[in-house]
Amino acid sequence: MSFVFLIFLPVLAALFVPLLFKNLRQIHTGWFVLLVPVILFIYYATLLPTTAEGGQLVSSFQWIPSLDIAIVSYIDGLSLLFSLLITGIGALVVLYSIFYLDKSREQLHNFYVYLMMFMTAMLGVVQSDHLISLYLFWELTSISSFLLIGYWYTRDRSRFGALKSMMITVFGGLMMLGGFVLLSIMGNTYSIRELIAQAPDLASHSFFTWALILVLLGAFTKSAQFPFYIWLPDAMEAPTPVSAYLHSATMVKAGLYLVARFTPIFAVSGTWMWLVAGVGLFTMFWGSFFALKQKDLKAILAFSTVSQLGLIMSLLGASAAGFHIEDASHTVFKYAAFAAIFHLINHATFKGSLFMVAGIVDHETGTRDIRKLGGLMSLMPITFTIAMIGSFSMAGLPPFNGFLSKEMFLTAMISLTEFDFFSMDVWGLLFPILAWIGSVFTFIYSFFFVFHTFAGKHKPDLLPKKAHEAPIGMLVSPAFLALLVLVIFFIPNQVGDWLIKPAVVAIQPFLYVAPADVDIHVSAWHGVNPEFWMTLGIFLIGGLLFWTLRKWQRAYDRFPDNLTLNRLYDNFMYLSEGGANRFSALYMTGFIRSYLVYMFGFLVVIVLSTLFLTNAFVIRTDNLTPIGFYELVVLLALVAGTITILIAKSRLIAIIALGAVGYSVALFFVIFRAPDLALTQLVIETISVALFLLAFYHLPKNSKTVERLGFKLGNAVIALGVGVTMTLVALSAHSQKVLPSISEFYKETVYSEAGGGNIVNVILVDYRGFDTLFEIAVLGIAGIAIITMIKLRLSRKVGQHENK
Amino acid sequence: MRTNDVMLQTATKVVTFIILMFAVHIFFAGHYTPGGGFVGGLLTASAIVLLMLAFDIETVKKIIPFNYVMMTAIGLLLALATAGASIFFNVPFFTHAYDYFHLPLFGKTSLHSAALFDLGVYLVVVGVTMTIIQTIGEDE
Repeated sequence: MSFVFLIFLPVLAALFVPLLFKNLRQIHTGWFVLLVPVILFIYYATLLPTTAEGGQLVSSFQWIPSLDIAIVSYIDGLSLLFSLLITGIGALVVLYSIFYLDKSREQLHNFYVYLMMFMTAMLGVVQSDHLISLYLFWELTSISSFLLIGYWYTRDRSRFGALKSMMITVFGGLMMLGGFVLLSIMGNTYSIRELIAQAPDLASHSFFTWALILVLLGAFTKSAQFPFYIWLPDAMEAPTPVSAYLHSATMVKAGLYLVARFTPIFAVSGTWMWLVAGVGLFTMFWGSFFALKQKDLKAILAFSTVSQLGLIMSLLGASAAGFHIEDASHTVFKYAAFAAIFHLINHATFKGSLFMVAGIVDHETGTRDIRKLGGLMSLMPITFTIAMIGSFSMAGLPPFNGFLSKEMFLTAMISLTEFDFFSMDVWGLLFPILAWIGSVFTFIYSFFFVFHTFAGKHKPDLLPKKAHEAPIGMLVSPAFLALLVLVIFFIPNQVGDWLIKPAVVAIQPFLYVAPADVDIHVSAWHGVNPEFWMTLGIFLIGGLLFWTLRKWQRAYDRFPDNLTLNRLYDNFMYLSEGGANRFSALYMTGFIRSYLVYMFGFLVVIVLSTLFLTNAFVIRTDNLTPIGFYELVVLLALVAGTITILIAKSRLIAIIALGAVGYSVALFFVIFRAPDLALTQLVIETISVALFLLAFYHLPKNSKTVERLGFKLGNAVIALGVGVTMTLVALSAHSQKVLPSISEFYKETVYSEAGGGNIVNVILVDYRGFDTLFEIAVLGIAGIAIITMIKLRLSRKVGQHENK
Repeated sequence: MRTNDVMLQTATKVVTFIILMFAVHIFFAGHYTPGGGFVGGLLTASAIVLLMLAFDIETVKKIIPFNYVMMTAIGLLLALATAGASIFFNVPFFTHAYDYFHLPLFGKTSLHSAALFDLGVYLVVVGVTMTIIQTIGEDE
């Protein structure tokens, strides 16, 4: 089956969303939309047996064959895992949104169209084997994320957050495109699989490091790594279902996917390993440290997401170590890739449920400010249970899935101390230390999130609404995710066989041939080893610090506000906007005469210099025809008309004189036997005279006293220059025939190829049909522009009022 | 001051139809003899403008109750659809098709997909010209 088309199923379904929303108002549109991810999830689930045995599936269709651009859907363990996450979490989020977004008040058609657009984009990113289509889908995720963050577009913060996320992720996307172009030049192919096959040769290419850094910029901006993470907290202005879906479970993981997918190509490089592991780990520490500074539930979760993404990123970086160790599949270095994928799944389950919990708290109490919340435990027992499961898993406590992957993370970080390439033997010790500190803070903010919301004293007078338990439909999705958190803890090896190992094979194809080769068995108890002591330390120190949180949390307020990365972004935006404005103001005077001066000035300079630099200026007098009587008469009429326009005192006379000029040109066409042109010119002249009359009707009356304009040298030079230039160009064009005239070709083919008789018209509709298509498009745009300027402007009274 | 435009109005009533018929002729003849959608459209527009000059915008709007913006949009869609339809026949974008048919009354006639494209051009030209003249004319 050509499953490549399934990528487009959501976006096709989106076409029906507005219709369903308009015509079936009484049913929440989400119920229809829910079908799409459910169907896709079921279909992708049927592919699991294939990938679990190490199989791959490819389906493609040609898009622009002449440029070798195709959309290729390549399903292996890694892309199938992501596809299942996208559709699975997507289904849960749509279900949740049905209860979160009110059908009578919200603009559901916008919401679900954007959401479906995103789903297609995301599926495209993870399944594309073609670099260019991968890039296109990648940018489409940025755009749909922009639209979803700005969903409540009347709010200032929403628009700000939307723009910020777009600026940063699209910047990264463009960098990534650069990297892709370099890769395709190096490998002479757009196919990722073919690039991976050539990986050893690519490494010696001089573009290699550049491609590496550019691709990483794309991944880091998308996955909110330090210092690009600043867009993610501001993206929390999106409706909570969006935050749960895009900004924790799927879109921000596109960067991780990219790193995982390109690991086989870049992992040989020390730069790659240092950058991915180092930036990831630092992000993990930074995010967890600043999560405690936040007051908003969703902001805490945003920083926590940044931190967790960093954790997975560092594991992917560490997995590169496997390329440098002999027989790495039997050593301690084998764990990193497995742990990365494992934690990626776990994070989607627990963070998804936590975001939904934050949404429920917001929905039922009216606030997300953690200082106003507290004591909700008895009022919202089910929500509390879900939140506790999610948070404990995030903190790395047993018996939840986070515990297992956190242990493996520590194992992988400790293993780096034994790695002796790339000066790791000197700096390697930093990795477990940073990982440990980050984990301690993760533990604290997890507890902070759940206990400061649900435990403590209830403050009903601070809440905008009277708190109560959420409706059952809203609880289904987070409860299901929480259940997964528990279930995965008990069957980690089944999850490993079906989902993780096939994905690991895709990341480390040089180590393993089939998923069965991945020799990792997950168990909750490893005996007393360094990881065990580190975990114990995290629990003890973390517990102690959480106990005393109130005493030291204020220290966060001491951090200077004007030295943050956010401030840097704001200043950059402010300066670039202001700078661009000031630069434009230098030449945009608002007077058409200035613009005409620029245009004609450039025209003269460019055309004249080209004419003389290329020695194109030739005048020949041997191929001229004598000037006839009629031509002379028409010419005199033309000149007389032109002069009349300039000296006419009344506008009416000027318009009529302009008409005369046009008609004289039409007469020239008649004399030179161009009936099509003559006809068109005549009609156009007629209509434009009518138009001028209409437009001049609106102009103020000519004043009685005629002001004489002084002589302006600049204008005179430009006027003369344009005249001279056009004359020279016309003479030179007539004097030399560099290329044979195309009219012979037209004459020969107009009947046989195009089935017509009138060359002019056939040129318009057939030979140069593209030109005509675009011209009428421009005409249409001009018409719309005139309507906008005249019909839709503010009425004058309102304008005056505003000016006061 | 009331202007005497009886002559203009009387003449317009006849001339408009002549121009319109000519426009239709020019449109269909365009592929073999001078003419085509662009000129045809302009001629049609000029006929309507003449009506507007002789009578007034409100009257003309009652006689010809077209939404010209809609007309522009339909024309653009038609042109694009004609150009795009070719990809469904597995030939490059904008490949035209034509053949000769024997039609009753007309005899041997060539039917050309370029005519559809030209019809799009015609509609856009009429639509845009009239949109511009109408909006500027109605503006107070």
